[in-house]
Amino acid sequence: MDGLYYSESHEYVKVEGNLGFIGITDYAQQQLGNVVYVDMPEVDDEVTAGEEFGAVESVKAASDLISPVSGTVVEGNEALEDEPGLVNKDAFANWIIKVEMSNTDELANLMDAAAYKAMIGE
Amino acid sequence: MNNKFYGKLIFELSQTGRQAYSLPKNECSEYALACLPSHLMRQQAPLLPEVDELSVVRHYINMSNNNFGVDTGFYPLGSCTMKYNPRINEEVATHREFVGLHPLQCSETAQGALAVYYCLQTCLADISGLSEFTLNPYAGAHGELTGLMIMRGYHMERGDLKRTKVIIPDSAHGTNPASSAVCGLEVVVVKSRPDGTVDIDDLMPLLDETIAGMMMTNPNTLGIFEHNIGKIAKAVHDCGGLMYYDGANLNPMLGKVRPGDIGFDIMHINLHKTFSTPHGGGGPGSGPVGVRAGLEHLLPNPRVVKVSEDGFETFKLQCSDQSIGSISAHLGNFGVMLRALAYILTMGREQLKWVGPLATLNANYIKESLKDVFELPISGVCKHEFVFDGLKDKTSGVTTLDVAKRLLDYGFHAPTIYFPLLFHEALMIEPTENESKQTLDEFIHIMRQIAQEAKDDPEMVKTAPHNTPVRRLDDTLAALHPVVTWRELQAENY
Repeated sequence: MDGLYYSESHEYVKVEGNLGFIGITDYAQQQLGNVVYVDMPEVDDEVTAGEEFGAVESVKAASDLISPVSGTVVEGNEALEDEPGLVNKDAFANWIIKVEMSNTDELANLMDAAAYKAMIGE
Repeated sequence: MNNKFYGKLIFELSQTGRQAYSLPKNECSEYALACLPSHLMRQQAPLLPEVDELSVVRHYINMSNNNFGVDTGFYPLGSCTMKYNPRINEEVATHREFVGLHPLQCSETAQGALAVYYCLQTCLADISGLSEFTLNPYAGAHGELTGLMIMRGYHMERGDLKRTKVIIPDSAHGTNPASSAVCGLEVVVVKSRPDGTVDIDDLMPLLDETIAGMMMTNPNTLGIFEHNIGKIAKAVHDCGGLMYYDGANLNPMLGKVRPGDIGFDIMHINLHKTFSTPHGGGGPGSGPVGVRAGLEHLLPNPRVVKVSEDGFETFKLQCSDQSIGSISAHLGNFGVMLRALAYILTMGREQLKWVGPLATLNANYIKESLKDVFELPISGVCKHEFVFDGLKDKTSGVTTLDVAKRLLDYGFHAPTIYFPLLFHEALMIEPTENESKQTLDEFIHIMRQIAQEAKDDPEMVKTAPHNTPVRRLDDTLAALHPVVTWRELQAENY
């Protein structure tokens, strides 16, 4: 999806001002299969670019979530607690955490949609 | 042919008031009950199935007929080494003299059992090229934890407290990082190269004074022998770390390569894999841990030692203050040790040397016979197991899961699927050395037939299995909403 920033570990960031909406890509949800649990940090927790902030568990595998940017969690997507399968329905609409970014320069280290597509071979 | 009626849940066969036995009146019961505090007394009878003996027998015999094991068919479950369990193992393990032992019996009256323990730890040390073994850990992951505690103990007794990290390849079994975390060590992941071996360029910068050691399987999870093991072990030793060998893939090395000879300091062995003791469906397992010379004093308490007194050799239990401590009740799973020792002694030194080569030959025979219809991401000679990345022709949309389910229709156990995570459609096959060429040929024939079915009738493969007692299960629903008790099932139905 254009306009988003992508990491090599298949997370995306949608940027609105200083806020970053972080989730996993559609490709990642396809590879994982049916998601049965999303483990996410609490509000006010700090996340650091390149470090783990939670995990996605599917019927196939449990996979760490790596934060593409640094900042403070302002909201977790609570709908995923009751219905983790929303990630499979629409990975880009169902972000996992909303983060107040502390350093927007980090976005320059991420890929754009074209570069990400090339990486996953589409 | 299974009987559907008796195959129901035992609770569904229950009839109120029916019983299998009439027991004599318990004359102590009223007195005993009067002694118990009232808040601990049950107010209502427990909800147990009320079934006559014949129905109980029929129910469980029907259930057991639904079971699949290495005794019923080919079981090529990669990374699990589902070997045949020779019947002589059972014969030995069920000897009255062993079965009747009590774990708290004093060691003077259990010399035979201690001799078995001592003999097995000596055999394992010989087979693996290490100095001494403990047989106390209950299973592989328990062995990993024990081995890592020894690794940590080694650094701590030298006062080297900075060493808190363990290097683990990204293709490792999940128990490696889990055991490290339980042991309080931090996991550092080293990347694999495209052929699945450790990327030395990625490894070198990780090596510093914070590294406690490195955990490896060899051959690795993809069944590839780590040719750079000498270089890797030297680099880890040079930075002050220890090398840990995960014995999960020991089978192809048996009699050919000894972990102790290629630079490993600590290892565990899965007796329930390499040494033909039962596993799957509950084990129990056994995960002996061995160490090189210089680390023996750290092995867990108690240890079995041989002492000579007045010209007699006897076996004693010995505890040491320098040990990492006790990690299990008594001396581990003794029944498993008996089976493993029976296997080693019936095979003998010369025959044991054939295990690795034949396991390797069988795996390569299947791989080469199927690589034109299944995607082989890593070509070349493998060891005891290998990984396909799904069907070669993916246009039908038939996935690895579908192939695995369809295999059940033909009476084969499915291979390991979707592991390792390095490939999206991983299908991991390990035939072991036990299988005849006829069995391997039949498996190859059926795998080719399934590949053909995927082209001709993909829908049929996608909806498999068709001939099993239950059809395809809803994994997602089972994970999200497990119903595991009769009470929960009743609540569902009302």
